[in-house]
Amino acid sequence: MSAVADTSQGRARADRLERIWREPSGLFGWLKTTDHKRIGLMYLFASLTFFAAGGTEALLIRTQLIGPDIHVLGPQAYNQVFTMHGITMIFLFVIPIATGAFGNYLVPLMIGARDMAFPRLNALSFWIFAASGIFMYTGMAIGQAPDAGWFDYVPLASRAFSPGRGIDFYALGLIFNSISTTAAAVNFIVTIFRMRAPGMSLNRMPLFCYAFLATSFALVFALPALTCALVFLELDRRLGFNFYDASQGGDPLLWQHLFWIFGHPEVYIIILPAFGIATSIIPAFTRRRMVAFPLVALAELLVAFIGFGVWAHHMFATGLSNATVVFFAAASLIIVIPSGIQLFAWLMTILSGTPSFRTPLLFIGGFIVFFLLGGLSGVAFAAIPFDQQLTDTYFVVAHFHFVIFGAAVFPILGGLHYWFPKVTGRMYHEGVGVLSFWLAFAGTALTFFPMHIAGLLGMPRRVYTYPADLGWSGLNLLESIGAYVLSAGLLLIAANLLVSLRRGAIAGPDPWHGPTLEWTIPSPPPAYNFAVIPQVTSPYANWDEQDRAADLRALDAGERVLEQGHETPSSTVLDAEWDEALDMPSESGWPILLAATLALVFTMLLLGHWVTASVFAGLLGLVLFAWHLEEPQEG
Amino acid sequence: MGWRTYLLAGAVLLSGCGGRQSTLDTHSPQTHDIAVLWWWMLGIASVVFFGAVGLLALAWLRRRTPGLPVVGENEGINRNLVLAFGIAIPIVVLVTLFLVANVTVLGATAAPRPGSTAMTIRVVGHQWFWEIRYPGTAAVTANEIHIPTRTRVNVVAATGDVIHSLWVPELNRKVDTVPGRANRILLYADKPGTYRGQCSEFCGLQHAHMALQVVAEAPVQYRAWLANMARPARAPATPQQTAGRATFLATTCSSCHAIRGTEARADVGPDLTHVATRATLASDTIPNTPAELLGWISDPQHVKPGAKMPGLSLTPAQFREIAAYLESLR
Repeated sequence: MSAVADTSQGRARADRLERIWREPSGLFGWLKTTDHKRIGLMYLFASLTFFAAGGTEALLIRTQLIGPDIHVLGPQAYNQVFTMHGITMIFLFVIPIATGAFGNYLVPLMIGARDMAFPRLNALSFWIFAASGIFMYTGMAIGQAPDAGWFDYVPLASRAFSPGRGIDFYALGLIFNSISTTAAAVNFIVTIFRMRAPGMSLNRMPLFCYAFLATSFALVFALPALTCALVFLELDRRLGFNFYDASQGGDPLLWQHLFWIFGHPEVYIIILPAFGIATSIIPAFTRRRMVAFPLVALAELLVAFIGFGVWAHHMFATGLSNATVVFFAAASLIIVIPSGIQLFAWLMTILSGTPSFRTPLLFIGGFIVFFLLGGLSGVAFAAIPFDQQLTDTYFVVAHFHFVIFGAAVFPILGGLHYWFPKVTGRMYHEGVGVLSFWLAFAGTALTFFPMHIAGLLGMPRRVYTYPADLGWSGLNLLESIGAYVLSAGLLLIAANLLVSLRRGAIAGPDPWHGPTLEWTIPSPPPAYNFAVIPQVTSPYANWDEQDRAADLRALDAGERVLEQGHETPSSTVLDAEWDEALDMPSESGWPILLAATLALVFTMLLLGHWVTASVFAGLLGLVLFAWHLEEPQEG
Repeated sequence: MGWRTYLLAGAVLLSGCGGRQSTLDTHSPQTHDIAVLWWWMLGIASVVFFGAVGLLALAWLRRRTPGLPVVGENEGINRNLVLAFGIAIPIVVLVTLFLVANVTVLGATAAPRPGSTAMTIRVVGHQWFWEIRYPGTAAVTANEIHIPTRTRVNVVAATGDVIHSLWVPELNRKVDTVPGRANRILLYADKPGTYRGQCSEFCGLQHAHMALQVVAEAPVQYRAWLANMARPARAPATPQQTAGRATFLATTCSSCHAIRGTEARADVGPDLTHVATRATLASDTIPNTPAELLGWISDPQHVKPGAKMPGLSLTPAQFREIAAYLESLR
């Protein structure tokens, strides 16, 4: 049941909150916003724009490979396109849409908070993300895109073998981008630990939030390794250092270690939010609680933790010692177990519930099928000799696309449908939704499944063309047809959602009878989120009717309303006991200004104007100072 | 054309009869072991996959009935099934996989112990060709490794520039060539044949055209081949060939290539001392026929855009003379 104010006192209090929390409309309202919902929507539009760019690149790749010895793209353009495809999909689409859009919009709503813990930092994260994406695409626009693959191995990426600016766009762009991601991750950790509604002790927190907590911790610990690797790379390229130069006592494998210390946890960073979305959709559409809730919560955290111990399985062919490869193979097998727990928890929940296979649950079904395919082929890579035979072939391309596209993006697509009524107040068209699911499902299977066989037949990855006599041509043709079918499915999803924005039936606060707190409030949510801060006794708060009725009584009585100022409560870390009311900052122009200044610093670094760069860095300090003059007043 | 036809076509495709670079068309004990490991993993993975998809299908069939089949609504059984499928069974399967793959098969595909093989070949990856040397002899060649059959050969794989990966899927797993390291791998072929390999670590513009052939032949033939490779180049036999050699030595050809027995001693590009014996050109990009050879040296950037070999501004007659000379280098 929902807890929408239905008495005159309740409505009066809600109106007062609306006046306190409403932000200016219009362009400047959006540029200065600190509202997590508006920031989430900006993340959504920006990351979907990059998805369109990355998808176009994918179609170029599949068109180039549709048959043997085709020359739609030359080798140089092909290498830039597949490199940008990888960078875009990972850094500019999947992570920002999962954490930035879904996390930002939904985590505060699921834990009963009125905003993220640090609203201006949140805005800063978005603007830095957007600026870093524009920064990297500027490189592509001027024909200087990186072209050494998304994992950018040295010495190919060193100045000697990549003399242009492309690799510098990559290195500086990703350092820039990781500032945004780190800030966002810290914000999620503090928000989830300190902003939960009273009563939402950790064991009553929705599994969605566990997934975002695990992802955020993984980001905070993984990104420094990447930043470190990139700083070393720029020092080598620009200032003549020799971190990676074997002839000067450096080691190119240092890059691989540092990159994959980040890069493998990154896979779990990408997939955990998808797990979180799955654990939200499954209870809503099977009309029952998750099976083995504590095990699933523990498994989500374990995946993020063990994910840090498996990186070297990307390097089994580099000639590491036997003891090393065997250790990392063992760790790679262990991580199968928490993944298996979650998989069977979803399956048993669907099986023992009464599932209603509407579009969101269909996408979760597709997710389970693709996660099985990508997960099982992943297990095979823990068999060292098999890995050494098939690594860097299309078998790997098949494997990680089933994981990253099939298993990480399908829940995102399902989530777009599931929360569409909450965000817009309108329903999407169910028939078109089901059709678009089947198109996307068939397209994904057809695009990526034949790649397993191509890999087994010896096709290496990252080749811009291939000869006709190796038995790969038919498979590649199928893959390219699949890519076009998949594109049609994705375009149909976009069309359905866009048309439904205006034409969809009015949704009301709770069209699915969803389990979590976001379904207790109106659709779209008001600026203040919750008229009354909910008191929670289970992870399925919206199904606890007595609690919600108590919330409404509290609203009438003016308890837990915080209507005196721009306030939200904080709570204790473990038990979520009411701690104190926090005065939250309002809209601010400093975050976008700070991001713009930072963009100037990185541009000057790219151009090699060290002095100008330090001048802008000084300006950055001034902006930060001005920002902190605007602190909310105590009391 | 019924489903049987398609199934058969699929099986033929998978068994590797279609290609010359298939991991499943095995010609050594090493790849045989890896392929057997693969088929077992595929079998077990299929059981898991179809089992789990079967649960989804069952959920769809029972979508209006709460609870599990037979036992009904029982949270304890639900949880225990998660424990069984998610923890207990995987532990047994994964430990078995670990022991078979990472102890038994790993040992079988490991690099040969130093001194345990009768011969060693040194392979150096370059952007974008393979340099092949036979230590203890003067033989240097490119993109075509000859080995005697039923002989364990120790291959030392190194790089002249960036990281490449030496991979001949029908004979053994791959090994990366990493600057500062000398990685090793065993090559062994059961029977005579030509096995295609290809660079499998992205190495820049022409990564796609960095293939090689391993020619396994009976030891007698192999020894004859090696003896020829170790000899300096033949002298030109016709006026056209003589003119071709003169042009080769006078132009930038000789600043990159070596032809042993002449003044051309550079080692930037492939050694051409016996280039006419090779089956293919430009790292297995084109067949080594007179027409293809002439096309390749006249306009290398058309055949292999980005290759390090520049197009030279010589007359068509000069290109024909060089081609005639190179064709004589048997």
